[in-house]
Amino acid sequence: MKLYLKIWRQKNADSKGSMVDYTLDGVESDMSFLEMLDILNEELISKGEEPVEFDHDCREGICGTCSLMINGQPHGPDSRITVCQLHMRSFNDGDEIVIEPWRATAFPIIKDLIVDRSAFDRIQQAGGYISVNTSGRPVDANAIPIEKEMADKSFNAATCIGCGACVAACKNASAMLFTSAKVSQFALLPQGQVEAAERVQNMVRQMDLEGFGNCTNTGACEVECPKGISLENIARMNREYLSASVKG
Amino acid sequence: MGKLDSKVPSGPLADKWTKHKNEIDLVNPANKRNIDIIVVGTGLAGGSAAATLAELGYNVKTFCYQDSPRRAHSIAAQGGVNAAKNYQGDGDSVYRLFYDTIKGGDYRSREANVHRLAEVSTNIIDQCVAQGVPFAREYGGLLDNRSFGGVLVSRTFYAKGQTGQQLLLGAYSAMNRQIQRGKIKSYTRHEMLDLVLVDGKARGIIARDLVSGEIERHSAHAVVLATGGYGNLFFLSTYCMGANVMAAWRAHRKGAYFANPCFTQIHPTCIPVSGDHQSKLTLMSESLRNDGRIWVPAKIEDAEAIRAGKLKPTEIAEEDRDYYLERRYPAFGNLVPRDVASRAAKERCDAGYGVNKTGEAVYLDFDAAIMRYGREKALTSGMKNPDDATVRKLGEEIVEAKYGNLFQMYEKIVDENPYKTPMKIYPAVHYTMGGLWVDYNLQTTIPGCYAAGEANFSDHGANRLGASALMQGLADGYFVLPYTIGDYLSDDIRTGPISTETTEFDEAEKAVRERIEKLMSGSGIHSVDYYHKKLGKIMWNKCGMSRNEKELKEAMKEIAELRKDFWENVKIPGTAYSKNQELEKAGRVADFLELGELFAMDALERNESCGGHFREEYQTEEGEALRDDENFKFVSAWEYTGEPSKSKLHKEDLKYENIKVKTRSYK
Ligand SMILES: Cc1cc2nc3c(=O)[nH]c(=O)nc-3n(C[C@H](O)[C@H](O)[C@H](O)COP(=O)(O)OP(=O)(O)OC[C@H]3O[C@@H](n4cnc5c(N)ncnc54)[C@H](O)[C@@H]3O)c2cc1C
Ligand code: SF4
Ligand code: FES
Repeated sequence: MKLYLKIWRQKNADSKGSMVDYTLDGVESDMSFLEMLDILNEELISKGEEPVEFDHDCREGICGTCSLMINGQPHGPDSRITVCQLHMRSFNDGDEIVIEPWRATAFPIIKDLIVDRSAFDRIQQAGGYISVNTSGRPVDANAIPIEKEMADKSFNAATCIGCGACVAACKNASAMLFTSAKVSQFALLPQGQVEAAERVQNMVRQMDLEGFGNCTNTGACEVECPKGISLENIARMNREYLSASVKG
Repeated sequence: MGKLDSKVPSGPLADKWTKHKNEIDLVNPANKRNIDIIVVGTGLAGGSAAATLAELGYNVKTFCYQDSPRRAHSIAAQGGVNAAKNYQGDGDSVYRLFYDTIKGGDYRSREANVHRLAEVSTNIIDQCVAQGVPFAREYGGLLDNRSFGGVLVSRTFYAKGQTGQQLLLGAYSAMNRQIQRGKIKSYTRHEMLDLVLVDGKARGIIARDLVSGEIERHSAHAVVLATGGYGNLFFLSTYCMGANVMAAWRAHRKGAYFANPCFTQIHPTCIPVSGDHQSKLTLMSESLRNDGRIWVPAKIEDAEAIRAGKLKPTEIAEEDRDYYLERRYPAFGNLVPRDVASRAAKERCDAGYGVNKTGEAVYLDFDAAIMRYGREKALTSGMKNPDDATVRKLGEEIVEAKYGNLFQMYEKIVDENPYKTPMKIYPAVHYTMGGLWVDYNLQTTIPGCYAAGEANFSDHGANRLGASALMQGLADGYFVLPYTIGDYLSDDIRTGPISTETTEFDEAEKAVRERIEKLMSGSGIHSVDYYHKKLGKIMWNKCGMSRNEKELKEAMKEIAELRKDFWENVKIPGTAYSKNQELEKAGRVADFLELGELFAMDALERNESCGGHFREEYQTEEGEALRDDENFKFVSAWEYTGEPSKSKLHKEDLKYENIKVKTRSYK
């Protein structure tokens, strides 16, 4: 198939970017979206032009590196997948495809389609852990049985890949879904209780400091999240935050 | 013994590690504050090592090329992590895990290291649970286990199909805690381009900031390389796109011996190649072999009809299917080790029984499991005489709970529903047992340079068992390296900070800059991927699942020619001192073009078949691998002398004092 691509090009953080048009022929339906971009880049390189830079690594939907806005949708048209899992069979011959980076104040653009998501790391550093010593001798893993339902819920929250699609999808660029996923993972486990109050306060504070917007419950994040992280987590984090504030 | 002193402690096998830990020189906490350690790589091995070293009091700097430590390729591990907990009461023990690992590795690994690995395996699970890693649990609230290939017990802990993700996020959280305490400084989007030696000791690295393109110097009292495996040498593999050998190879060129480069694992269950555009291959976890049955049509005409699109697998009667693993290996059936399963798939496809367009695919079928689980569920929910459709539905739900994310991944790539029709799978490059040679302390042949995780060669011999890489990475990082490194650093308590303003750093930086300039000044005919794909084809066709003398010699020659061509004609747009993904790739491929030649030479020198290394000249009448213990019971450790093909072979003889070396059989 033949595609008409409009791609955001920006030399570096300081320069102004713009949309550039490309026409690409010979795209096959069983190619992945990123393989389609690989082919475009091969063409650009052979013409002596600079290829389009985009973030990617595992190409199987788990590392959370890939991050493209396709026709206004984070990770493209298909649901519950990352853009590296998207295949060209979701498009038709002659389609126009607009490809942009995540747009959020807290995610400045580095080059072309690549953004800086280190704010996410800093939120995790503020409290996304349980303070056990790795060099200590913890109790036997089976000493504390954990109800399967709780363990499964905690696992579901823990499957967040830190891609940032939730932020990109949100009109306020809020990072509530991401932050609440980590808070929930620990809040649902007995191991996480001791530091629960401190954790939620520190992580929320960092989130605000990074310049992410407020949550107005539009739910766009849940719809676009490739891992199906549920809005329940935001509700749980709000409860945790409230009870932590009450405790002071 | 020269440089290849394995430093295995004396005494009975089961006491070696405890004894060694008691005898290691310690660095007191106040002195640790004066010691800096660089950890390159933040996967399971590097992440866990960095967190533990920082917690012990050392000043740690970590480096990774991704934008966050959380994205190291350990994140992609699916199936599980082994530990000799014996929670299932099925006869597991430290000794059995040790024995299975040595046998699985086809008697080409070091007894003492493997025993230590089995010993600390149980601590890993305790540690991870304490950190909040949400492993799968049974209804009673206790941890659940599954089985992996090559063993007869159930010792694999898992978190659905995302075990690596959960373990890595655990290590990342431990790192984050230390970053917050100021004990780790994390450098992301940074790539190590060279190791710096001062007076023969590893004292720092040269790194490139991948955003600005700036070249930086970083010094430390010791350098840990936890940079993962080198399977991307084959271009197509289950690795992430950025996986590379650069850090290990640069250390090799500076004096670290490279061990068993040709020991590569080709994993039997991956999604087959679909076309030339393909950029990577996707694994379907070995855990699927717990429930999936592997088969091809028994009749060649059926296989032909399937390839022509005239027949569907579901239309082939039970008696016309060849469950070749169950047929050839009745004792282990579908759960034979990976090397055995991969070769068996190749054998059937080469004989003409392959089931996709290219003839390079076999079936992995869940139908029997779905019906079995469905019937069980119907019984336990008190249903009387449920119809087939109900049973199937119940069964599908159970299979989905176990492997849902893998089935979804498959469907997204192949566009077929694996609940309804068998998966098509074929072997692909997945893991490298070879790596930097290390002694019992995980130190390479360069003093002060350590290697952990997949980057070292240490524990898996010629074939790794499933779920043992995660175990090894975390064992190295949490429980071994942070202690053994103290033995070396205890001499450094009075050294003081290492300056980067020395001639050694000047020279290393100059060499790095010259190399980059040379890459940028290629005549500009072909892209980096062009060379990488060519190299991958040579490797897969001539150094892949089966090898022979003639082709290995051809491979060496072809790779050397390709390397020459690369340096003359590679085309890299953009500039060196800015973000430049093509330049990043070029540096990696340049090193692969050297490693590839050494790889082929190692395979050529090893005139036997063992584990993942299958030489056509050395096989039994039944086509099984034929080991030669008399002449090859050693680790090949290669010394760089200026050219890959001129590398010098050193041999570490392997002694088996606690295990009787036998012919490996899974029949
Ligand atoms: C798809 C898949 C599934 C798997 N499933 C399982 C499983 O179920 N069970 C199991 O036991 N094993 C499994 N494995 C194997 C296992 O995941 C790996 O062997 C293991 O995770 C490797 O960990 P590591 O810490 O050594 O390296 P990695 O996790 O690969 O980390 C390498 C690190 O090094 C960094 N790095 C590399 N080069 C440089 C450089 N030059 N400069 C700076 N940084 C650098 C990277 O940024 C990264 O942080 C699987 C592997 C794959 C590919
Ligand atoms: S919550 Fe979902 S969308 Fe947001 S970072 Fe996590 S996985 Fe991505
Ligand atoms: S590249 Fe890893 S999730 Fe897409």
